[in-house]
Amino acid sequence: MQQAIGIRSIDELFAPIPAEYRLSRDLAIPRQMAESEIVDWFKQRSKENGEGYASFLGAGAYFHYRPVVIDALVQRGEFLTSYTPYQAEFAQGTLQAIFEFQTMIAELTGMELANASMYDGSTGAAEAVMMAVRVTGRHSAVIARNVHPEYREVLTTYATHQAIPQKLVSFTVSGQIDLQELEKAVGDDTACVLIQSPNFFGTIEDVEAIAEIAHKRGALLIVSIAEAASLGIVEPPRVADIVAMEAQSFGVPLGFGGPYCGVLATKEKFVRQMPGRLAGQTVDKNGKRGFVLTLATREQHIRREKATSNICTNQALVALMVNIFMTVYGKVGLRELAKQNLAKTAYAAGQFGKNARVLFSSAPRFNEFVVETSEDPYAINSRLLGHKIVGGLPLKKFYPELGNAALWCCTELTTRSMIDTAAGLIAESDGSEQNSKQSSQQSSKESSEKSSQKSSKRSKSKKDTEPEEVAR
Amino acid sequence: MTTKHVTRKATRHINQNEGLIFEKSSPGKAAWKLPPLDVPEVDTAKLLGKQERKDLGNMPEVSEIEIIRHFTRLSTWNYAIDLGMYPLGSCTMKYNPRVNEFVARVEGLANGHPYQAEKISQGALRIMQTLSECLLEITGMDAITLQPAAGAQGELTGLLMVRAYHESKGNARKKILIPDSAHGTNPATAATVGYAVENLKSNSRGMVDVAALAAQMNEDVAALMVTNPNTLGVFEQEIHKIADLMHEKGGLLYMDGANMNALVGKTRPGDFGVDVMHLNLHKTFSTPHGGGGPGSGPVAVKKILAPFLPTPIVITKPDGTLGFEYNRPQSVGRVRAFYGNFGMFVRALAYIFANGPDGLRQTTEDAVLNANYIRKGLEGTFDLPYDTPSMHEVVFSDKLQSKKGVRTMDLAKRLIDYGFHPYTTAFPLIVPGALMIEPTESEPKEELDLFIEAMKSIAEEVEEDPQYVLDAPHNTRISRLDETAAARKPVLRWKPEGQPA
Repeated sequence: MQQAIGIRSIDELFAPIPAEYRLSRDLAIPRQMAESEIVDWFKQRSKENGEGYASFLGAGAYFHYRPVVIDALVQRGEFLTSYTPYQAEFAQGTLQAIFEFQTMIAELTGMELANASMYDGSTGAAEAVMMAVRVTGRHSAVIARNVHPEYREVLTTYATHQAIPQKLVSFTVSGQIDLQELEKAVGDDTACVLIQSPNFFGTIEDVEAIAEIAHKRGALLIVSIAEAASLGIVEPPRVADIVAMEAQSFGVPLGFGGPYCGVLATKEKFVRQMPGRLAGQTVDKNGKRGFVLTLATREQHIRREKATSNICTNQALVALMVNIFMTVYGKVGLRELAKQNLAKTAYAAGQFGKNARVLFSSAPRFNEFVVETSEDPYAINSRLLGHKIVGGLPLKKFYPELGNAALWCCTELTTRSMIDTAAGLIAESDGSEQNSKQSSQQSSKESSEKSSQKSSKRSKSKKDTEPEEVAR
Repeated sequence: MTTKHVTRKATRHINQNEGLIFEKSSPGKAAWKLPPLDVPEVDTAKLLGKQERKDLGNMPEVSEIEIIRHFTRLSTWNYAIDLGMYPLGSCTMKYNPRVNEFVARVEGLANGHPYQAEKISQGALRIMQTLSECLLEITGMDAITLQPAAGAQGELTGLLMVRAYHESKGNARKKILIPDSAHGTNPATAATVGYAVENLKSNSRGMVDVAALAAQMNEDVAALMVTNPNTLGVFEQEIHKIADLMHEKGGLLYMDGANMNALVGKTRPGDFGVDVMHLNLHKTFSTPHGGGGPGSGPVAVKKILAPFLPTPIVITKPDGTLGFEYNRPQSVGRVRAFYGNFGMFVRALAYIFANGPDGLRQTTEDAVLNANYIRKGLEGTFDLPYDTPSMHEVVFSDKLQSKKGVRTMDLAKRLIDYGFHPYTTAFPLIVPGALMIEPTESEPKEELDLFIEAMKSIAEEVEEDPQYVLDAPHNTRISRLDETAAARKPVLRWKPEGQPA
């Protein structure tokens, strides 16, 4: 080949790089490894990464069963190693799969249409807010404080330079958004209200009441859904204008936080302001049905700085996992799956309630619940780890006023014996029984304030002694 | 078809028809089975009240064999790297090693929860730290974030840091300079971060016009976003001068690392003056494109920008264990939930291990060798608008063929009949009718020869029977699709017959 090109050495091809910037040494990275060594190295890392632990964590990342057909199909090279389907004639497989994905997401969310995917639920929510700004021509956003805290952080990152001021609305003792506060927060410059349902505490919001408040002032309602499995049994937010969903629950591995699958769904009238790729149906020269990427004039490769978003690569293969999962469970299975989640969680809330206080119980919940203990939840989690159980997510980092509360999650994979064991273990410390009696007589607000004071003392002393036991 | 032009690479073959999954659905079919419930059943109406969903609409009901056949049939309608060369310029469609897929599915990595205690996350943290160290060595930069979900989000993260840096000096500045050869995400990103975009003209050799840059550079410019090698596959030979020009006026140099496959092990952006850059793990580091994602877009920076990296970053704690650091007051914040597309980190690191220092250097050399072999093979047959030396990709134009009314997209469609995925068409914008070809290191000489033969054959067809090329593709399941109709009256989802649109 060198002869054909007319060079004597490969270095001639790198002559355009000025000599002083050419690397004349080996990169200081690990030596080349054999496949067997690579597999061993990662298996070792896997052992150091919670392999074999039972987990009660949710909070935006859910452990559901993944039917084996998902990996069997997404590992077909024709899906795995193809590019974005710009050359439609040679990519009908990917395009038809996206079209089916868009259809199923629209059906499940109660929206008219959906896009081909966004990076994840957090960036999807941020993009939805920017979309609402474009649709309404208004500039501020009202955000529920019980939206996933990391989603809110991402939104802040995006919104800051778009000059979108945000107003936060807090939650009541039911864990739901405070409607009175919301009513006051929404004004004539409000482009949208962003809520999450089920919210970060697992509580289902009264979406219709919220929509009424938003729409009355001409604002859009964006509903973020972090736990897609809820859509099997919980009424979808049909009155919303945009649904920003994280579909990880549908067949996507937890994978330490990614890749996941965000998706936006909306009404037809807003489609030209929606970011992300869209597959559409059309015909070929002979009238045969086929699919293409469409409405590309919204996108960066055509519009450059005037595009609806800078998004280019999305999550196609992950969306395919979601697609296959939705197809496997389908119309009946998704409901039965959701019912099992509901049953396990209702049982767990009952069991935990014997030894601690379960907060926000006056409103319906899906598969997460908040448990308040007298003992620091980090200490509880540390004890549980000894039994190979990963406890709930301590909430004080995100909600200092919730003190010793932690967010627990049950899915269809959570067994009764896991629940019984964990419920027993959270009671092992002194005083929790006493506290649960005591706090049941108080209003939730007072009790949270009290335990929050207690916990701050405790966590201070813990920090010095056992920093590695802090869950994050 | 003219019998003279036989395609050696592909032969027509029966493949299966397949409707939409909804068209196969009928009540009672199922592909799922849940275990018996080990806790009491619940009364859903009582628990959920008016929030209970009664109906899942048109969700499908199908059996497992139907699902396997459905998606397998669809898959056979796709082209893929696994089937042959995928010469999309600037996309780096290289082989996606299967060991990557295997290790990403090892239990503790696939099932690790992002919020599990650091004590039982040491494996994942070590993977992140090791990958970070490797990428820093490869780029010659000082600090890195793995959080961005893809290249475009990497750009966003990088420009947010540029902005935060300038703000810390008291002036955020107003604009970003972007060469006219740049990828569309560059200006779109600058707009997202609240910067105005100013175009920078390329010179006659396809490179940044340094004199024009000197004239345009002033204290309003926050950064220059440059792709190197640029989208013509040309190395910016005056890159250090460009960096100096930026730095003299207090600006920063951003490098779009989309074309890093031309540089790994041969030169380092950190050494030639780049302040901030993103990498595309799904290009340079072999993680699969998957039909359009997931990507992963780590951003590497020089020390001056390190305080602004997104939160959290991986640190080694005093006791030697790894952890996340959240207390970073100057950080630009979070660009996505959790820590990024971790599964892609695993795959990229497996690729780096499988190559080592020798392998990575050879990868780069082979990628550049392959591109130059194609250039040599097609020079004369296709117009080469810039004769500047090519690195990992080569850009021709359709100037000669367009005389017969055949444009780059038509040539691309005909290439499909020859069993190849098209090259990148009509980009970069500075070349009218561009054919942008990037073979990557993965292609053996036999495949490159087939490609050259196919392209030459198409060029002959253009001379003999241009209409035949204009009507291509001829051998696919479907002919050219009506994209105008698709956009004018969008049909973006299936609906059952009789249901109002």
